[in-house]
Amino acid sequence: MAAPTANAVTAGTGDPARTGGTRLSARLPRLVLYALLGAFCLYYLLPLYVMVVNSFKPLEEITSGGMMALPGSWTGAPWRTAWSEAQIGVQPTGLRPYFLNSLLMVVPAVTIATLLGALNGYVLTKWRFRGATVLFGLILFGCFIPFQIVLIPMARTLGFIGAAGTVRGLVFVHVVYGISFATLYFRNYYAAFPTELIRAAQIDGAGFFQIFFRILLPSSGPIAVVCVIWLFTNIWNDFLFGASFADYDSQPMTVALNNLVQSSTGVKEYNVHFAGAIMAALPTLLVYIVAGRFFVRGLMSGSVKG
Amino acid sequence: MDRSRSARDTMRDLLPRLVLSPTVALIAIFVYGFIAFTTYLSFTDSRMLPSYDLVGAGNYTRLFGLRTWDIALTNLAIFGTLYIAICCALGLGLAILLDQKIRAEGVIRTIYLYPMALSFIVTGVAWKWILDPGIGIEAVVQGWGWESFAFDWIKDRDMAIYTIVIAAVWQTSGFVMAMFLAGLRGIDGEMLKAAQIDGASTFALYRRIVIPQLRPASLSSFVVLAHMAIKSYDLVVALTNGGPGTATEVPATFMYSYTFTRNQMGIGAASAVVMLMTVAAIVVPYLYSELREKS
Repeated sequence: MAAPTANAVTAGTGDPARTGGTRLSARLPRLVLYALLGAFCLYYLLPLYVMVVNSFKPLEEITSGGMMALPGSWTGAPWRTAWSEAQIGVQPTGLRPYFLNSLLMVVPAVTIATLLGALNGYVLTKWRFRGATVLFGLILFGCFIPFQIVLIPMARTLGFIGAAGTVRGLVFVHVVYGISFATLYFRNYYAAFPTELIRAAQIDGAGFFQIFFRILLPSSGPIAVVCVIWLFTNIWNDFLFGASFADYDSQPMTVALNNLVQSSTGVKEYNVHFAGAIMAALPTLLVYIVAGRFFVRGLMSGSVKG
Repeated sequence: MDRSRSARDTMRDLLPRLVLSPTVALIAIFVYGFIAFTTYLSFTDSRMLPSYDLVGAGNYTRLFGLRTWDIALTNLAIFGTLYIAICCALGLGLAILLDQKIRAEGVIRTIYLYPMALSFIVTGVAWKWILDPGIGIEAVVQGWGWESFAFDWIKDRDMAIYTIVIAAVWQTSGFVMAMFLAGLRGIDGEMLKAAQIDGASTFALYRRIVIPQLRPASLSSFVVLAHMAIKSYDLVVALTNGGPGTATEVPATFMYSYTFTRNQMGIGAASAVVMLMTVAAIVVPYLYSELREKS
């Protein structure tokens, strides 16, 4: 993981001292440069603009070819419909219950996977045994498998343990496939932690868990944030597992949003779709804006990732 | 005294393994066990439910004889090639532009990268309506007075696959940019200065010194993009749902529909195995070299 990742970390932190290594600038006029960069900003922002603007418009304004225009008359109705009135399952509940499902799925899954990952990383780096690297490689491969390969047996297993079609079942699935990433993060982080400190503590008689809780865990803040953000984003955005294993009343947000948009009955309420899409995007987007630095770091060190 | 001490030593030796064992068990069962199970099923006559009667490689023969699978593979080839090529070109270009001591670099970088935080379903919904000829770009441009303007790729059997490239590139190119930017920041400035003093042109500087040093970043980007392309499912479902007709079917959507809606589990399992093999062919050598370097 090392080569690309180590450098990569600084990209997200925006260390001002190191910006601008190479110099194309002298020859390329600054104006052209900024115009290009600005044009690409517009390109990346355009879909977000479309979503936001159209979620506040009455439907007629969209269907009459005004997608790019600002709302003529602003309305909050699409948001209300998407949140609490739209027909998605059997009842016209809006997206609210599914948003809740996603939260109930994400929080325990992230917590458990992160804790397990921290313990694994600790063992794999500070209690090294023969074959630890091979084992780590085998765990890591779990980050890359196309999940299609596990869908059939997992569906059987969830049925067998009585968790088919439940949020609990989804939590379980996400923990299982989240461990690989969590282990990757903590293992690489703890690998750089001075082993002498551990040895010293051992000589002083500290046990396995004492060392972990007193010495390693208190200094694991940054990587824990990276790991939590990464898992949160991945699990919140998951669609395949939700679509495969959830029932009507346990569907996560992404699946419900897709059902809302794909449903072929009645008039297509584009403004409601856009409002719903923003709701599904908001949690991860907020995390990105608040803690973007850590998000990028996770992306990079997991960029041997998924 | 002696005995209790040795018991404690054994405990100390065992404890780390004990702590690791739940993970090892989970990974052994739910990754490798499941791979074995699905592989086994791909050699059986499973339909709606798993069956354990082996039928040899029949599912694979039938799979590769199916027109839909053929379409799915062709689409994956088109999508994968364009997606990786455009993401890399755009990512590298943007990274070089951003590496010119740009003011507000942080803000720009944040804007380029935010799509990566979104779900593919959200991206799919946004682009589905932007590309929709009835209300999206086509309707807007026509509304501006260019009556004959047409942009209906998403409804066009031959062009629909390219709309998936458009949306996927939008989502991931910022990430590739970040990878390359990190690579650029890692390049030794002294070497560049020396080359400049020797009178190397900017173009030569990039071609001879900068870009070759971005090999690790390129390699990681390639591996990530390639395996994302093979796994891509959500975006296709949200954007075109495999349509029009089967025009944008990809292996991931094929696997899902054959397994869960068409009750051809044996064939579905076989397609999943083919997907896994393709990913493994790219990822395993990469992981092997990375881990070996490190230890």
